[in-house]
Amino acid sequence: MRALQFRRKPGKYVAAGVAGRIAAGKGASVGPLKLVDLDDLKLPGDDWVRLRPRLAGICGSDLATIDGHSSRYFEPIVSFPFTPGHEVVGDLEDGTRAVLIPVLSCVTRGIDPVCSACAAGRTNLCGRIAFGHLEPGLQSGFCEDTGGGWSAEMVAHPSQILPIPDDLSDEAAVMVEPLACAVHAARKAAARGPHQRIAVIGSGTLGLLTLAALRSEGAGGSIVATAKYPHQHVLARGLGADQVVSPRVLPRLVRSLTGAFVLDGGQLTDGVELVVDCVGTEASLTQALQVVAPGGQILVVGMPGHTHLDLTSLWHRESTITGCYAYTRADFERALELGQEHDLGRLVSATYPLARYEEAIEHAANAGMRGAVKIAFDLRKPAKTRR
Amino acid sequence: MPRPGFVLDVDKSTPPILFHHGEGFRLEKLPADRSRVIYPGEPLDALDDVEAEIQAALLNPLEMDPLPELLNPGMKLTIAFDDVSLPLPPMKRPDIRQRVIEAVLDMAAAAGVDDVHLIAALALHRRMTEDELRHAVGDRVYDAFAPQGALYNHDAEDPDNLAYLGETKHGEEVEINKRAAESDLLVYVNINIVSMDGGHKSTATGLASYRAIKHHHNVHTMEHSKSFMDRHNSELHHSNWRMGKVIADAGVKVFQIETTINNDTFGDALPMSVLAKREWEWTAKDRVSFIGMQQGLKRISGSTRRKIFQAHRAPYGVTSVTAGAIEPVHERTLQHCFDQHLVEVEGQTDILTMGLPYICPYNVNSIMNPILVMCLGLGYFFNMYRGKPLVREGGVLIMTHPTPWEFHPVHHPSYIDFFEQVLADTTDPKEIEQKWEKQFAEDEWYRHLYRTSYAYHGVHPFYMWYWGSHALKHLGRVIIVGGDKRAVHRLGFKAASTLNDAFEMAEDVVGRHPTITHLKNPPIVMADVK
Repeated sequence: MRALQFRRKPGKYVAAGVAGRIAAGKGASVGPLKLVDLDDLKLPGDDWVRLRPRLAGICGSDLATIDGHSSRYFEPIVSFPFTPGHEVVGDLEDGTRAVLIPVLSCVTRGIDPVCSACAAGRTNLCGRIAFGHLEPGLQSGFCEDTGGGWSAEMVAHPSQILPIPDDLSDEAAVMVEPLACAVHAARKAAARGPHQRIAVIGSGTLGLLTLAALRSEGAGGSIVATAKYPHQHVLARGLGADQVVSPRVLPRLVRSLTGAFVLDGGQLTDGVELVVDCVGTEASLTQALQVVAPGGQILVVGMPGHTHLDLTSLWHRESTITGCYAYTRADFERALELGQEHDLGRLVSATYPLARYEEAIEHAANAGMRGAVKIAFDLRKPAKTRR
Repeated sequence: MPRPGFVLDVDKSTPPILFHHGEGFRLEKLPADRSRVIYPGEPLDALDDVEAEIQAALLNPLEMDPLPELLNPGMKLTIAFDDVSLPLPPMKRPDIRQRVIEAVLDMAAAAGVDDVHLIAALALHRRMTEDELRHAVGDRVYDAFAPQGALYNHDAEDPDNLAYLGETKHGEEVEINKRAAESDLLVYVNINIVSMDGGHKSTATGLASYRAIKHHHNVHTMEHSKSFMDRHNSELHHSNWRMGKVIADAGVKVFQIETTINNDTFGDALPMSVLAKREWEWTAKDRVSFIGMQQGLKRISGSTRRKIFQAHRAPYGVTSVTAGAIEPVHERTLQHCFDQHLVEVEGQTDILTMGLPYICPYNVNSIMNPILVMCLGLGYFFNMYRGKPLVREGGVLIMTHPTPWEFHPVHHPSYIDFFEQVLADTTDPKEIEQKWEKQFAEDEWYRHLYRTSYAYHGVHPFYMWYWGSHALKHLGRVIIVGGDKRAVHRLGFKAASTLNDAFEMAEDVVGRHPTITHLKNPPIVMADVK
């Protein structure tokens, strides 16, 4: 079967890092990602099933890996070679159309008894990650044994399968996985809310979906979002932001909304109670610390990396930075409902066949400036490119 | 004998007309046979002996006793003076304020008055810096009073130093500087560069608080001031006059000193002198000098250009000094202003053009941001009329200015937020006033910056927008030529690359073959539209 495969090749990984820094997405052409023909995967257990991807999205964490700047933290929890792709809608052998819940929990690894987190349904916080009968992999799409969505076929544990209704388009279905991340974040936010004011940093896929989820989960009142590009401004407003501003304007807006004073260096003396960082860079986290209120919370939804931050304000103002990784099955089920409500298939801006993966990666890495949101691989038929 | 202002009918032989364009200039050919240019009058003759005229005014005031008779030992004397927003551009030393204040102080010293305070009457403008204060009052006065804390900027947000004097019959609250209100005599020293300045507005606005100023600095007042340069038809002034009565009834005794200056904005030295000349009278030397200036300006950075222009000091001549009771003084001053500025114009026009210069009252030593561009064009220049607006209702205003998306972070912090937040929401003055003004006016950070830094008050950008509300209501379209497109669109206007493009765009609104009038300002000109 045809699949994109990411191999452990340090030299190529370094080259991808260099290329990725020169131009986003260029790591695909020089790095360890290759289109290959593979034998069918073995089923890791009797109950495992085969899933034939129909659409598989390209996520920010995929791009970080391909462009060679993901954290070394991941090294022990992925296994090489792996086929990327964890945003997947596909067909089971019995014809059922389903989305993949890619988190690999105790039950998928054959660990019995399961850890306390998995027992509580919080599979995203599995305490046995990288152990059990599977090769290491925090999710399908980073594990040698499971394969990933950027291929003609992968394998999945039944606990990872969520059938979808017939009237849900493939495009809407492929958005369910990132939307589940957003739902998870929104539920965390709502648990400490309702908040009077929320700032959402970033209006890429994750930021936009987080806006929709914050609204649907009742996390708070007024939401201000940052967006770099005109189409993001429009979408962010449509999905729930009360105000959308460019990133550089956010501190001024928050200052104005809250009547805060400004310290030298830009730190506000007051701010919003909750900042949801859907970017995860040093710049976005620094900004989040500037605009969060004393005692407020920063939810890190976008995947960060090795980052240099001045945390003095965190200490001094007793604010909190909380990680926000993935989802539970319940989040996924809620995301499925929301995806239908918001017609999120419209956020899939372009699809590519695997053969054009270099173009696809480059498009995804530059989605914002090219007026796009989500880029996906189309495994159903020969390619079509919409934008 | 200086030549008065006049209206030139443009024909095929008319040379290109000079348009100001921020820190630069454009030469524009206007369509023949349907265009006219309103030229300002040449500078009126300046007073030969300004000091003698000041003495004469102080000793022979209108409807008040001579100043020395109002001064006595043990009294509390306050001298208020116009701030850095006047005149434009700033005048060469010695500033007329310095000359008048020195004369007043000499008389006060002779009378044994030792409790004297000097206050820059800046209302909600930014505080003046030491250099600016020194320029206005002179080093001798500054060194004698500032170190003792007796020369300072008015603070419209200092609750401990404001006095509430009551309200007008229209319910307008009157609150002014406490020291001024409690003085035995308040001497106000004006520079009346245009007819809007002076009168009761000096004290009722210049020394007032936001609580008082908001009663006339609002959309309703500005829409009913036609124009605010014509005090008898200006609701802005009617309100200030009502407040003036409250101030007088509260026992505040004001000795008003008003001064006028002539149109000698650019002096006799090239290359600036060419800016005051009529184009067909340019000599070969003028042309070479102008071209050299244009080429030179193109080769330097925007910030350097700004520094060069902001450093210009005008050699104005003083044309009058009048002192005494506010109302008779002001009526006489108005006549002096009109003598210099007023030009009779027959009928309105379809399209009004204007070249906006680098400076307006609120960017002295600062940046002319897009909101100030709007205010200068639709506020000040549009209102340079008596009778009827120069442009007909539904007509088009075309202005030339680069309109950069640029703000002075210290002087105009609330302007940045106004531009980014408020104008992104709406450009409708009434909606802006209702929805946004309170938040900005009461913002503690802006209040802090106004009081302790050099920032305009949080509400000030709103006033700039309201200043143009009469024009916004009157005009069918506003086009800015050569402006930053994004900034122009944020203002709610149309952007054009060339004046001819702008004329074509204007025809969509006013029809084909429209009449065009160019208001050639500066130097200052005001149309008396019949």
